[in-house]
Amino acid sequence: MKLSRKFVSDYVDIDVDINTLAEDMTSIGNEYDSCGKLIPATKLIIGEVIDCHPHPDSDHLNVCKVDIGSEILQIVCGAPNVRSGLKVIVALTGAVLPGGVIKKSVIRGEESNGMICAISELGLEHKFLTSKDIDGIHELPQDAKVGSDPIKYLELDDEVIDFELTSNRGDLLSILGMAYEIGALYNKKVKDIDLSYESTEEDVNNVFSLDIRTSNCPLFLAKKVTNVTIKESPAFIKNRLIASGIRPINNVVDISNYVMLETGQPLHYYDANRLGEKIVVRMANDGEELTTLDGQKRILSNSDIVIATDKEAVGLAGVMGGLTTEIEEDTKDIIIESAIFNATSIRKTSKKVLRSEASNRFEKGLDPKRTYMAIERSCHLLEKYADATIVGGIVEYKDMDINDRKIDITCEKINKVLGITIPEDEILSIFDRLGFTYTINKDLITVVVPTRRIDISIPEDLVEEVGRIYGIDKIQGKKLELPVKPGNCNKNIRLIRNKLASLGLNETLSYSLISESDVHKFTNDEFTHVKVLDPMSEDRNTLRYSLIPSLLNIYNYNKARSNHDISIYEVGKGFYKKDNEYYEENKLAILMTGKYLEGISSMKVDFYVIKGILEELLEYLGYKNRYSLKIDNLPREFHPGQSASIVLNGNPIGIIGKLHPSVTKDDIYVIEINLDKLFSFKVKSMQYKELSKYPAIAKDMAFIVKKNIMASEVMDVIKRACGRLLVDISVFDVYEGDKINSDEKSIAFTLTFQDQNRTLSDEEVMDLFSKAIKEVEVKLHGVLRDK
Amino acid sequence: MKEKVEGIKTSLDSDLRSITSLNDLGQLKSKYLGKKGVVTDLTSNMKELSVEERKEVGKIANEIREEVNNKLNEKEEELKNKELNEKLEKETIDISLPSKKFKRGSRHPFNRIVEDVEDFFVSMGYDVVDGPELETDENCFRLLNLPDGHPARDAQDTFYIDEEYLLRTQTSSVQAREMQANKEKTPIRMICPGKVYRRDEDATHSHQFGQVEGLVIDKNISLADLKGTLELFAKKMLGENTSVRFRPSYFPFTEPSVEVDVSCFKCGGKGCALCKQTGWIEVLGAGMVHPNVLRMGGYDPEIWTGFAFGTGLDRFAMFRYAIPDIRYLYTNDIRFLEQFDRKDEENEIK
Repeated sequence: MKLSRKFVSDYVDIDVDINTLAEDMTSIGNEYDSCGKLIPATKLIIGEVIDCHPHPDSDHLNVCKVDIGSEILQIVCGAPNVRSGLKVIVALTGAVLPGGVIKKSVIRGEESNGMICAISELGLEHKFLTSKDIDGIHELPQDAKVGSDPIKYLELDDEVIDFELTSNRGDLLSILGMAYEIGALYNKKVKDIDLSYESTEEDVNNVFSLDIRTSNCPLFLAKKVTNVTIKESPAFIKNRLIASGIRPINNVVDISNYVMLETGQPLHYYDANRLGEKIVVRMANDGEELTTLDGQKRILSNSDIVIATDKEAVGLAGVMGGLTTEIEEDTKDIIIESAIFNATSIRKTSKKVLRSEASNRFEKGLDPKRTYMAIERSCHLLEKYADATIVGGIVEYKDMDINDRKIDITCEKINKVLGITIPEDEILSIFDRLGFTYTINKDLITVVVPTRRIDISIPEDLVEEVGRIYGIDKIQGKKLELPVKPGNCNKNIRLIRNKLASLGLNETLSYSLISESDVHKFTNDEFTHVKVLDPMSEDRNTLRYSLIPSLLNIYNYNKARSNHDISIYEVGKGFYKKDNEYYEENKLAILMTGKYLEGISSMKVDFYVIKGILEELLEYLGYKNRYSLKIDNLPREFHPGQSASIVLNGNPIGIIGKLHPSVTKDDIYVIEINLDKLFSFKVKSMQYKELSKYPAIAKDMAFIVKKNIMASEVMDVIKRACGRLLVDISVFDVYEGDKINSDEKSIAFTLTFQDQNRTLSDEEVMDLFSKAIKEVEVKLHGVLRDK
Repeated sequence: MKEKVEGIKTSLDSDLRSITSLNDLGQLKSKYLGKKGVVTDLTSNMKELSVEERKEVGKIANEIREEVNNKLNEKEEELKNKELNEKLEKETIDISLPSKKFKRGSRHPFNRIVEDVEDFFVSMGYDVVDGPELETDENCFRLLNLPDGHPARDAQDTFYIDEEYLLRTQTSSVQAREMQANKEKTPIRMICPGKVYRRDEDATHSHQFGQVEGLVIDKNISLADLKGTLELFAKKMLGENTSVRFRPSYFPFTEPSVEVDVSCFKCGGKGCALCKQTGWIEVLGAGMVHPNVLRMGGYDPEIWTGFAFGTGLDRFAMFRYAIPDIRYLYTNDIRFLEQFDRKDEENEIK
C-alpha cells in the first residue's frame, strides 16, 4: 500500500517528517519497504524559452535561451516540441535526476547549462504517463511563474511511504484506515469525509433492481447517476492516484479508484444504458464464457461469482468487469456498485484471473459501513468533478450484521499476557486513541470495536492493540521461571555426522526435490514416488527416495570445477508412498572417489576403503559382529562384482558398492543406509569385559581355494570348526599368481586362541587347527598351502 | 705377584684404549675374566700355597678382579652410548617434509547451527522433537488458525502433493502435532529444527531452507518471558552484546504477534550495509500462542498460555560464517565445504 502524504493529510494532521512517520508506523506493526519524495529530482525550476534557434552543427538539436528569473541560461535541447515562448521545467546544473547528475557541458561546440525536462525524466514511471510526456519536454501552462518550483506548481510535491502490510490489516488498504492508524499513533482526531450531494426526486428503485442469488454476496448497494461528462481528472486526483500507484484514465474511472483508495471499498461503475435495468449476482455456470474488459475471453466455473443481466454475465464480481458494460468516452449514465463478496471466493477467482487492487481488498475483508460510505462519496465526487446528476434513493441488498463488535476484557488479562503493568487509565487512553469506545463495570471493560477493524474479534486482539500502541518494545525481557527438567535430544544422527567428519568426509546439504527421472535409481525397492503438484522446475518435481542421486549431482558439479577427490556424506529424508500412505525415512548416503589419503604416500578410494568407513561407522554405533555383506538383488546402477547389500541381523538396511560403468566412467563408491531401520535394532550398553589372565596363542594358516570362494566363507568355516576358543581371525595376505593355478587364490589367516580360565595346551590348539583344515577341505575344497 | 698385577693393569688400560666396539669388549672380557683369563690365572696355583699366602693372594686377586670388572663395565656403557648415538643419527629425518595427509572432514555450516540451537535449548529443559517434512494441510495450516482461503497463506507459496498433503512451509506444523500428541495435556517446552519448503528462489530465498520452531505451553507465560528467552538465544547465537527489539506484527497462530530484530552484530547497531543502516536485523517471528490454536490442540486457553517462535536457520549460518548467498549452502562445492573443518567458538552468556 502506497500512502500519499498529501492524500492522508486530508483526514489527519501529521506534524513529523516522512521518515519519522515511516519509522513510527513500523514501531506499531506496519513495516514499510521504501519512503521518500514522489519526485526525488532536485534543483528544478520553471523557465521560459525566450529564444530558440537550430544548433548550427546538428539536424535535431536547438540552442535555447531560457529565462529562469534570476538569469538567462543557454541550454541545448533535443526535444521536437521545444520552441520560443514555452514555459518549461529546467533542471539546473547539479540537479540529480533518476538518469544522473546534470552537468555544465559543451554540446557540439555550444555551451549548455542545464536541461529542459520531460515529465518522464523526473522519475515518474512510464505507465502513469502519456506518450507526449515521455517523448517531448513538458509544456507548462502560461500561468506558471518563472523561477518557481515546478514540482509544487504541478502539485507533485508529495511524499510516499510504500507499506508492506500484514495480511490481517485490510483496513489499512485505505487512506481513512491509515488516518485512524496515524491518529492512534500521534493521538490526533480523524477528520470527517465529505459525503454531501444533491439528488433528484426520483427513486432509483423504480428504474433499477437487484437479484442476489448467492450467499457469497452478503451486501450489495447500487445507485444511479446521469449526465456525466467524461474528461480528464483534476490534477490532485491524477497525482494522488499516481502516488498510490494507479494509472489515471478519465475523471469517472479515476473517481472510482480514488474512492476505493480513500475508503478501501472497491467500486464498479457500469454504463447504465449498456447494463439495463437489473443486476443479478450469482455463481457462474461451469464453462460459462465472459470477455473481461482487458479483452480476454474467460471460461468460468461455478466457484466464480458473476455480475449478470438476465441474459448473460457482465463481470467477474470483485475481480474484473466485463467488456460490454465498461465506461466509455460516450457514457452518460452510470450504475455504481458497492458490494461485499465472499473473500475466499474472490481469492479463488483472482488467483486464476488477476490479482488487482480491488480483489486484494475483497480478499482481506471489508467494513460494511464503508460500503455505504463509498457509494455516497462516489456521488459527491461525481457531482463535483463529472457534472453528474444523482438519482435519489439507493438499491440495497443486505444479509449481514453491520454492528460494531463488543469485547470484554480486564486490565489484569492485558498485563498478564504482556508481562508488564500498564495502569488502567493508560489502557483506556489507548482505546481512546484507537477510536474504540468502552464502558466499565468494576474490573470489566467492555470495548466497542468499530467495524472498520475487522481484524479484532477476541480479547487477545485487544491485548495486542494495547501492547503495540503502548510500545511493545518497552516490555522488559524476563528470565522464564519454570520447574527444572532435563531437555531431551536424540543425538544419534549427530554422532554419525561427527564420526564421518572425523573419518575425513565432508558433510553436504542438498535439496529434497529432485528430478522424477532419478527417483527410482540406485534401489530395487518398490514404492510409489511422491511428486509435487506445481513444481518450480522439472529438475525438482519429485521428493527423493534415495540420497545417492543428490550426492552424484554434487560429484558432477565438483568434477566440472576440477575437484576430483570427493568424500562426502549427507543425512536426510527419503520419501515414498505405499498403500496410499506417505512415509519419510532418515537415510545416510556416502559417496567417495579419488584420493582418500593425500601427500607423498597417497591412497585412492577403492571398495576396501569405503568398506572400512562402513565398518568404522557400524561398529562405532555398537553393531560389531551383527552386520554382514550379502551379494544379491543389486540395483542395476551398481557394479555387480563390487557391491553388496548391507545386512543387519538378517535384515537388509542398505547398500554398499561401486557405481556401474553405465552410470559413470569414474570410480565412484557409495553407501546408503536406512537409519530408521538401523536404529530399530537396539544396542546393549557398553560394558567392561574381564581380560584373560592366560596367554593367547596365535597361528597362521593359508588355504588355496577357487577364486570364486570368498574369504568370509573360509573364515566362517574356520570359526565354526574352532568354536569359542578362537577369539580372533583375520586375513593377512591374499595371493594370486604363478605359484598356483590361474583359477585359484591363496588366502592366509591369523588365528588367535585363548581361554578365559586357563592356559591352552599346544595339543588342544593343534587339534582345533587340524579340525579347521579338514573342514575347509571338505566344505570348500580348500587345500592347506605349505610354506 | 705384585708385578703381575701391575702388568694386568697396564695391559688392560692399553687394551681399553684401543677397542672401538662392543664385540671387541667381549673379547677383552674373556681375555681378562674368562676361565683362562689373566685375572683367573692369578689364582690358578692356589692349591700349592699356604693358608696365609692363599689369604693374601685371594685378597689381591679379588681386588684386581673388581677393578677390571668396573673398568670393563664402564667401557661397555661408553660403547653402548656411542652405538646408540650413531643409530639415532642414522635415523634422523627431514621433519620439514609433508605429513601423511589424513583427509580432514567437515561439518556443514547449516547443521552446525542446528546443533548449537539444540544444545542451547536442551540446556534450558526444552525437548528437541522431529516432525515430518511431508505434512498435512491440517497440521501446517488449519490447526494453526489458517483456514482454507486465509490471506496469510499467500505469504507462503506452498508445494502441494495432493489436496491434503504438502511440503511443510513452516516448522510451526510441529506445534499442532506436539499439542495433540500430549494426551495428558501437561506443560510443553520444545523446539523443532528442520527443513521447510516454499515456492520461491533468489539470492536470499531458497525453495528449501531451515527453520527452528519453539513452543512453550504452561501457566502464566507472558510476552516478557518470550522476550527474555529470545534475548538469551540471540546472545548465544550472535554474541554477548546482542540486544533484541520487539515490533508488533501478525501471524495467524499467535496473538499478540511480534517481529523480533537483533542488534546488528556486524556494526554493533551503528548502521551498516548489512542492516541497511538501521542497526537492526529482522530474524524471528514470535508471539503468544493464539487461543484458537491452544483450543484446537486440546489446551484450554482459560488455563494455559504459551509462546511460540520461529526463525530461519540458514540466515544464522550466513551471519555466523559471513556467507553472502543462501544458495552457497546448497551448492556443495567441495572448496566451500572444506572451509568448515574446525571447531566453532562458543559464545558464553551469563
